[in-house]
Formats: sequence, structure tokens, C-alpha cells
Amino acid sequence: MEKILEVRNLSKVFGKGCPNCFEKTGPELNTNICPDCKSVVAAHDLSLDLYKGEILGIMGESGSGKSTVVKNLFFDQDPTSGHAIFYDDDKQYDLFSLNAAQKRHLRNHHFGMVYQNPHLGLNFGISSGGNIAERLLMNDLRNYKEIRERARELLERTEVLTERMDELPKNFSGGMQQRVQIAKALAINPPMLYLDEVTTGLDLSVQAKILDLILEIQQEMNTAMIVVTHDLGVVRLLAGRTIVMKYGRIIESGLTDQILEDPQHAYTQRLVASAL
Amino acid sequence: MTAEPILSVEGFSKHFELHEQAKTIPSSSNVNFDVYAGKLTALIGPTGAGKSSVLKGIYRTYLPSSGRITYHAANGTSLNLALADEHQILELRSREIGFVTQFLHALPRQSTEDVVAQPLYQRGVSREQGRQKAREVLANLNIPERLWGVPPATFSGGEKQRVNLARGLIAKPRLLLLDEPTASLDPTTTDRVVEMIQAMKAEGTAMLAIFHHPDLVERLADNVVTLTPPVALNNKEVTS
Repeated sequence: MEKILEVRNLSKVFGKGCPNCFEKTGPELNTNICPDCKSVVAAHDLSLDLYKGEILGIMGESGSGKSTVVKNLFFDQDPTSGHAIFYDDDKQYDLFSLNAAQKRHLRNHHFGMVYQNPHLGLNFGISSGGNIAERLLMNDLRNYKEIRERARELLERTEVLTERMDELPKNFSGGMQQRVQIAKALAINPPMLYLDEVTTGLDLSVQAKILDLILEIQQEMNTAMIVVTHDLGVVRLLAGRTIVMKYGRIIESGLTDQILEDPQHAYTQRLVASAL
Repeated sequence: MTAEPILSVEGFSKHFELHEQAKTIPSSSNVNFDVYAGKLTALIGPTGAGKSSVLKGIYRTYLPSSGRITYHAANGTSLNLALADEHQILELRSREIGFVTQFLHALPRQSTEDVVAQPLYQRGVSREQGRQKAREVLANLNIPERLWGVPPATFSGGEKQRVNLARGLIAKPRLLLLDEPTASLDPTTTDRVVEMIQAMKAEGTAMLAIFHHPDLVERLADNVVTLTPPVALNNKEVTS
């Protein structure tokens, strides 16, 4: 198996930060706010590896820092410190030292992101087909007919009625917006996909459909994914390995079934025991 | 036996540390046995003897507390499953080691064919081929054809169990772990399962199984390992 992503010692602090930030925050101290400088330690000293085609779950409560990880990797935020390397066959990208153009290149050609809030991933001013076309154009597809064809294919794949591809996403239900967002993220066949709470707030039946779709895509296209969720059911169904976070730290990681059936850390034991 | 075992378990123990209750619960202690290609090793013993814990420890659903689990892989290398890297375990699970539990966990809304074919999809087999193979196995296990396209959520206990078995058998693992695979099956279906297990043994699959009925142990087992419930670790209880 080949490695696609390597993250080492990633930290992210919101605020001016001080030398005591990391020492005075964390799960043992039950806070992520530094008592000295009031900065928020969203993530500290996170390391992880991801292999091609693998799904990694990041689980934790609100404020545990789980979304911070993918936001940093997708360049929505800049880390305070740490390294991350993305492997693309024989090329390597040192993610946190790239310039804006290089970052854009990776987002346009290699990465996909699906946000909990479709407003972040979709352009609500243009049609759903247009949203996909936009991404295809950035990936250097120029022929109108080809773009239209590919957009139709993707929407069919994600079960969005293609008769409605010229409608604005605002006319769609939440589940459908989410599927357009997934279609858009997938348009360029990215080897690396980030999913941030993609099923949160959706009907159970819609959730199941989207999870099913994600799994099918992963098997068909061998896409590596990082799935951020607070939902144990989602990691159980999707992720081979899972990381548990609290107050910006990784407190436990392992095979997903092991995390759920034989959790080692007191916090994970409590979390798993309180699941419905 | 002269052949080299595929799996050797030496001094395996498992206990659970429950932090909230400040307790240590022993589950299995000092378990030793070997499993051979084409043979079935049966684990027997009363409830609470830690039989399932041994299977889960080998599959790494549980983290073994101590002991060595040596697995000889198809590529000629051997590794200690108790300590192996998670990616190695995932790779073995998708290529070589199968586990049929008493309960069926599947994606909601997925058709039975697709549930059964999952292990094949994971190996990159196409949907079409996977479903084709799934239908064969389902037919073999007496699952009526009208159920193949339906999700197994509403199936009876026995039907669910057969779906679970079908999924475990379809990929023909080198090592198959079976946890009471026939617990809620009628005699006719049980006979079918016995035939299928025998056929897999004949093809060289190594098996480690827990059976509810002594009769099945008699019919299928080549080696029998008796486990006894571990002594409570009174002195080791954590006090907080």
C-alpha cells in the first residue's frame, strides 16, 4: 500500500498565543483555552498517515478540533506549526510551504472537500450544473459539450435529477444540495477527499443514501478520504481506522471496530458507552 | 501433525480496563493453540471462558493484553498480529482473514447481494461480477431469490445469519474465524453450512470456530481447545 498523506505535529492556535498555550490546555486540563493569553488551541501535535484508497475517521465532540485538521489540509486555514506531505505518484508536495498558486493547483486537481454547510462548497449564484462546470473548467476541461456531459454524468451518479441541473441549488432540499456538493467535489476524480460532517442534520434515509454513495465512490475510484464526524455510526460504516480527538489532541487512534468495541481511553469509553 | 501451522497463539490474554468503574475485567488468560491449513480448530468452554475474546483478539477488534499471535501470510512472511501495524491488519482483513460473527452489521438500505459481495468489492471486483458470485453463495445457503435484491434489515434471525455467513465465505479467506455461525439455523440449513465449511476446508482454508452445539464440534473439528473462565484479578483492581 502506498502512502498518500503524512501529517506531522500539526498545531493550530487561534489568538496571539504564548509559550504556555500547549502546556496549559488539553484533555487532562479540560480546556482548549489558554488561561494566560486566552488563545484557543484548536489542534496540537497531531500526526497521522493516510494510504491510497483508505478512509480515516476523525471523531470527537464539537470543539475537539476535528474540523481544524481538514481545514488546514484543504488550505482553508493556515496551521501555526507542523508539516504535511501529499504524495502524488512520484511527486511530493510539502503542503504548508506552498504558495497560493500551488495550493490552488492542488485544490483544483487533486483535492476535494465536502462541507457540512453546502453554502461553503457550492456557489449559490449559479446552477448546480454550473457549479460542476466551474470545477471542470479549473481542471482544464474547456469543451462545452464535454463539460455538460460530464456534469450530467456526475449528477446522475449522485442521484440528482438531471432535469434540474440548470436550477439554482437554493431550490434544492438539503440532502440534494449535499449530493450536488459531492458531485462537484468528485468532478475531477480527486485522489484525496475531505468530508466534514457531511451527513449531519440530514434525514436518516438521506444520510444512509449519502453514506452508501461515499462508500461506492471509494471502492470504484479508490479515493482516500478523511471523514470528520461526531457520529459513531458514520465511522462504523465508513472508516477502517479512526482517530478520537478532544480539546485539540488525539487521545486515541486505532482500527474503527477496536475503537468502538475495545476503547482504551477513559474518554472514548464514555463516548462509546453513551452512543444510542 | 507435521505441517506448519498458519496461526499460532501463545500465552494470549485479554482483560478490559474500565476506567469509569475503576475495574479490570479479565476475559481470557494464557490461551495456547495452533490452526492449520485445511483444518478446523474448535474453541470450547463455558460462557465467560473468553472464546469470543480470542477470536476478536486475533482479528484485532480487541487489543490483546499479552501473548503472541503468529500468522504466516500467503506471501511467506510471518507477523505477530497482537502488535502488527493497523494497515497490515486492514490489508490482511481484506485479503486473507475473514470473520463471521453472530450479528450482521451492514450499511442500511444496501441490497443483500451487495452486502454479501462487499468483501469482493473491497478487492476491486466489479459490481456485476460481485453480485453474480453473491447470488451463487446465497443460493447455496438456501436464501430465497426474492430476497436477494432487498436489504437484510427485515430478515429473520436465521436469514440474517446466513447472509453474514455468505459474506464471510464469498472471498474464500485463508483463515476464517467463525463465532457460532449456526446459532439460529434450522437443521437443514445447518447441514448446508456444514457442507460449505467442509468444502472450504477441503480447499485449504484454515478455520478457528466457536460452535454452540457439541454435535457440530464432532462433525467439523480436527482439533479441540478447551478454555476455562479466568480467575478474577482481585488484587489487580484499580483503586482511584
